[in-house]
Amino acid sequence: MSENRDSTLPVRIWRGDANGRFERYDVPRHPSQTVLDVVSHVQQHVDPTLAYRFACRVGMCGSCAMTVNGKARWTCRTHVDAVATGAMLEVAPLNNLPIVRDLVVDMAPFFDKWAAAKGAFTPTATRHDDFAQVEPASQQRRAIDATIECIGCAVCYASCDVVAWKPAYLGPAALNRAWTLVNDVRDGAGAERLRAVSDDAGCQACHTHQSCTERCPKHLTPTAAIAGLKRRVALAAIKGQL
Amino acid sequence: MSDTGAWGSPAATGNPATTARAAAWRFLLQRASAAVLALCVVVHLVTMVYAVRHGLSSEAIVARMNANPAWPAFYGLFVVAAAIHAPLGLRTVVDEWLGLQGGVIDAALGLFALLLLGSGLYAVHALTR
Repeated sequence: MSENRDSTLPVRIWRGDANGRFERYDVPRHPSQTVLDVVSHVQQHVDPTLAYRFACRVGMCGSCAMTVNGKARWTCRTHVDAVATGAMLEVAPLNNLPIVRDLVVDMAPFFDKWAAAKGAFTPTATRHDDFAQVEPASQQRRAIDATIECIGCAVCYASCDVVAWKPAYLGPAALNRAWTLVNDVRDGAGAERLRAVSDDAGCQACHTHQSCTERCPKHLTPTAAIAGLKRRVALAAIKGQL
Repeated sequence: MSDTGAWGSPAATGNPATTARAAAWRFLLQRASAAVLALCVVVHLVTMVYAVRHGLSSEAIVARMNANPAWPAFYGLFVVAAAIHAPLGLRTVVDEWLGLQGGVIDAALGLFALLLLGSGLYAVHALTR
């Protein structure tokens, strides 16, 4: 990026609520600049009223997701070089969630659905029991390995066509979390959790478009988790355990 | 829970077992009928190509339908699978694209299923007098 060291990048940033508009800013280009760097520059040097959300800056916390040139991304780990292909950067709030102001969305519907999908661990042991022995190579534990690294950034949720069409749909992240716990041998919610995700707005509503899997910054596969839930729920229904 | 209104109030909190079971069985029936339809469509297309390439007349086709009870059984199965599959698929389309759901929609789709089943079986019956 040395050739761009002295150049500026035109950026369009969403301002206001759902009825807002894009405003243009010119931001100095730097080597290895991230989209979050660009947004931070605008807030720190151009307009301190710009509202956006971030915390860790290293891809752990899941709070800085925004729509960058039309696609939901984690902005702290997204290099401008990789996305500003048309020499223009457009940064908007996440889709499928209510806009609070500027680049900040209300995450409540997203996390309410984690709760609705029984995303909380239901312990079966007490403090008097010994530590649970979970074999790392077991099928259940390996299924958890594939899902557990979710950081709750809502990139999948904002990218999901079904959420856009049917706002009540639980969405990829909540279902991914449910599948994690379905595979947790220590969890006691069992059939109750399967019932929570079996609904017109539950796992069966997934169309397997795989936008969630394509966009997940942690390279998880919520589509596979949802397919697992579909199988498990169907099996439980056949066995009369639902 | 916060009031998130149009942004998707979670509908699945503590689903009653009946709701969960109904959704699971709709899913199973949709998938099973799809598998049957896939096979039926292939057999039907091959049959049509055969009939056309061999210049079979309508009379010859009806005669062969009558000659072997496997044919009406096959087309009867085809009709049953279509009568299950189409209304379930339509139910999703109506839900996602028109935002319509509930007892009235399900009743209308049930009538649509009966219409498909009745007219389809009537056609099979008419060809196997």
